Amino acid sequence: MEKPGQILEPESTGTVHDEPGGGNLHPHAVPLWMLAAVFAVLIGLTILTVAVTYVDLGRMNIGVALIIATIKGVLVAEIFMHLRWDRPFHRIALISAVCFVALFIGIAMLDSLSYLPDVIPGHAPAVDQ
Amino acid sequence: MSSATNSSPDPGQGNEGKHHLAHYFDTRAQQYDSHKLAMWLFLATEILMFGGLFCAYAIYRATHPEVFLYAHTLLDKNLGAINTIVLLFSSFTMAWGVRAAMLGQRKLLMGLLAVTILCGFGFMGIKSIEYTHKWKHGLLWGERFDYAALQDHGGGHGETVVDEHAHAADDQIDAHADDDHGHADVDDEAAAVMAELDRDAEITVAHGHAPEDVPRNLHIFFGIYFVMTGLHGIHVLAGMGMLTWLLVRATRGDFGTHNYTAVDLGGLYWHLVDLIWIFLFPLLYLIH
Repeated sequence: MEKPGQILEPESTGTVHDEPGGGNLHPHAVPLWMLAAVFAVLIGLTILTVAVTYVDLGRMNIGVALIIATIKGVLVAEIFMHLRWDRPFHRIALISAVCFVALFIGIAMLDSLSYLPDVIPGHAPAVDQ
Repeated sequence: MSSATNSSPDPGQGNEGKHHLAHYFDTRAQQYDSHKLAMWLFLATEILMFGGLFCAYAIYRATHPEVFLYAHTLLDKNLGAINTIVLLFSSFTMAWGVRAAMLGQRKLLMGLLAVTILCGFGFMGIKSIEYTHKWKHGLLWGERFDYAALQDHGGGHGETVVDEHAHAADDQIDAHADDDHGHADVDDEAAAVMAELDRDAEITVAHGHAPEDVPRNLHIFFGIYFVMTGLHGIHVLAGMGMLTWLLVRATRGDFGTHNYTAVDLGGLYWHLVDLIWIFLFPLLYLIH
């Protein structure tokens, strides 16, 4: 039976996908250079996201900030959290959780923004019975 | 150890200590996969829990952008950025620690876990500096928010705020009354709105007046801020406890190339906490 989750050689570069499971674990250790590279990129993106706040992009500022945060999140999930070499189901679990959150926020915002004309300036949205 | 399927624990794996195979699993690989799947499902529920808070954030920011624009200037961007870097570094040492556990590098694993725990202390230490500063300046949630303290930031005097605000309420109620809704409960609704506004006004009166250029209801931003960073901080504390437990076990020699599941899963949890902070930092500190 195929065990796509593990890799045979502890020192492998992470591209070799593995086979049979037997009773043993076949740890796939992420190469140290890759961990260090991801860390360096994460720091770089953090500096970038702080720097971007000094540039006025109007409504795009939050978009840029969220895109950078998403890139950082994908790096953490794929490399640090090992998703790149894991069973696909783990990634499906993560992505579906994010999708449900997006659905939740999206619909909640559609609803509350439709009451925007009722909002008293400086106040929480008025509840329309 | 042979690759044949064993239904009982296989003792004597050198210095790796105990690594149990529960009786309801056929192989260690199956056991590992099940544990990891369970961890990912738990992480999914964590994302959903924080999702509720992100929803509150999104709605309030969409309807009241001025509150966020003003309030984020009361946060210390530098401390937030330093904390981000501390947490990213701890994620790096954690990922390295998982690698060390997989390769059976016990000493390295112990060192990396210790560094990760120290980063947790660093993060919470900086967080407590921020919280203390806000506590001193009355930048708190709900009725604890001290609008008078904002004089330092905004200047000006805010005596008129409540009056303006009452006018706004009257206008609003008029608008409601004029509306051709045909609802019998318009008056009730207007009364309810008025009561709410009165209550808010009382908060303002009780806790001082805000300068004129300060948007109202800043305390709601700080409610969101404290709940989001507070829940995240509780996760960091829980993660530090878990890392300490892993460090004790690593010192005991529990982990090795055939038994690293606990380190792996603990690492996943720590990374998720980092992942959430990656989104919290720009959303709370870097509003433009």
